[in-house]
Amino acid sequence: MEKFLLKNIENPNSADVDEYVKVGGYRNLSKALYMQPKDILEEVKKAGLRGRGGAGFPTGMKWSFAMADPKFPKYLLCNADEGEPGTFKDRPILEKNPHLLIEGMTISGYTLGSEYGYIYIRGEYPYAKDVLKKAIQQAYEKNYLGDNILGKGKRFHLGVYQGAGAYICGEETALIESIEGRKGQPRNKPPFPVNVGAWNMPTIVNNVETLSNLPYVLEIGGEAYSKIGSKDCPGPKLYSVSGCVEKPGVYELPMGTSLKDIIYKHAGGIRNGKKLKAVIPGGISTPVLPAANIDCAMDFVAMQKAGSMLGSGAVIVLDESVCMVKVTYRALKFFEHESCGKCVPCREGTEWLRKILHRIENGQGREGDIELLTDVTWIMSGKTFCPLGDGAAGVVTGMLKYFRNEFEEHIKNGKCEFVS
Amino acid sequence: MFNETVLKEINDIRVKYPDRRSALLPSLYIAQREFGWLSHEAMLCVSKALNLPEAEVRGTASFYAMFKNKPVGRHVIQLCTNISCMVLGAEKLVDFIGNKYGVQPGGISQDGRFSLVIMECIGACGTAPAMLVDTDFYDNLSEQRIEEVLGKYK
Ligand code: SF4
Ligand code: FES
Repeated sequence: MEKFLLKNIENPNSADVDEYVKVGGYRNLSKALYMQPKDILEEVKKAGLRGRGGAGFPTGMKWSFAMADPKFPKYLLCNADEGEPGTFKDRPILEKNPHLLIEGMTISGYTLGSEYGYIYIRGEYPYAKDVLKKAIQQAYEKNYLGDNILGKGKRFHLGVYQGAGAYICGEETALIESIEGRKGQPRNKPPFPVNVGAWNMPTIVNNVETLSNLPYVLEIGGEAYSKIGSKDCPGPKLYSVSGCVEKPGVYELPMGTSLKDIIYKHAGGIRNGKKLKAVIPGGISTPVLPAANIDCAMDFVAMQKAGSMLGSGAVIVLDESVCMVKVTYRALKFFEHESCGKCVPCREGTEWLRKILHRIENGQGREGDIELLTDVTWIMSGKTFCPLGDGAAGVVTGMLKYFRNEFEEHIKNGKCEFVS
Repeated sequence: MFNETVLKEINDIRVKYPDRRSALLPSLYIAQREFGWLSHEAMLCVSKALNLPEAEVRGTASFYAMFKNKPVGRHVIQLCTNISCMVLGAEKLVDFIGNKYGVQPGGISQDGRFSLVIMECIGACGTAPAMLVDTDFYDNLSEQRIEEVLGKYK
């Protein structure tokens, strides 16, 4: 497949506006300005584009809710708070192809009737923030942003907002709280952000990758776009592959590429001739899959059928030398740290799980600990305010389902075969 | 108090948002730059500059991992030990840094040169293990590479 999201990024100056224009950049923005917003929405719907942040909600539908709300101003927020461990798919766009995102946002702004956009970028990406700021300035100079875009009398202003290290701010209502200068704790829904969002106005929050797909939808048309990759969730997809593989990195492939192919064909297979043990397919909040179950399509629908989730498409590969109890413990340490503290099942549950896992990992596991882990995850599952708590519980459940023997071995022998 | 230049910088940020409160996170970053960490005095300056209650400034700042609530060394090493980094040996690097530079996670080296913070994923999992030193990115870390890199920070 020809690359679109990562096109030209081998060019050392790919972040420069002139280089972007040379390879066809901003052409689709000018095309958009000749179209009616409702026709652009129609193309997005025809394309079947789904949000690339993790939830996979149909973008056209989300947009139509916001467009139907007559309140003004409307805000467009780009979620660049890529914080899920294993995920680094948006980084190449932010650092090497920032104008693609700016073009996508300007097209979206025009479609949605929004004149103000902000890119909420995680604090851990200081370099990307500088690249974006420079690219935005260039876009203003060339009239791709501002009060009279390309002389067509349309207006869109764009700024960058730097987060400060809180994973939960990737959740859209927490992101809104954060940009308003508060603790990033999720809000109650409804009202949904499309009606009452940032500064109480209609707000669309879309992921970097989703917005960067917009120019492509217009370039080839919704119909042609819908034919790429999976029928249920079409389009190109960025997969970030890390862990025990020969060639980790970000791969742009058709949505629905098989997990097995991603690992063996594209990422070069397992490092140092070792054997595959398990894969965390969509970032650490998605349930693990054992090596035997990786022959499945990586898209929102198929992954759910396989017992996990596509999430952000962050494939973490674990080989035979990795201890699964340790992995589970490290994941829970993360969730405990990142729990925003708003609801009890998550705040207490993540800490409790982490403590039990810590003692099992350290050879002090007690009889009944596995049952206790199961009980705590049951208390959490489906009973937390936002997906973080649920995700944390799901990780433990998934690990116990496939690797229970390792937990038992730890408890019985006070250690495992993987101590290095 | 912040000097005129800093106050102007904060004011320029304020006008970019519909509500002055949105300038809080950027202002905390500025305060951290000016004071090195978010001391009582630093937070007081932010609270005055934005006309927000100090308790709210403090409450918000403490929520975010990148705002420092205690003094830090001249350079802050933020090393990731999350899963992709962990399976490629990040924990051994924590030990290495501890032995070689005398700094434990959450602490400062005796000479005040380095602070060490254990980070959650910094988006460099494909070239793990990875760390930030101040605002500079380093990946594909090994003991040798850490020595090379840290040598540049005096
Ligand atoms: S589930 Fe966790 S992160 Fe989400 S609102 Fe509850 S405490 Fe906060
Ligand atoms: S897991 Fe260490 S940078 Fe992502």
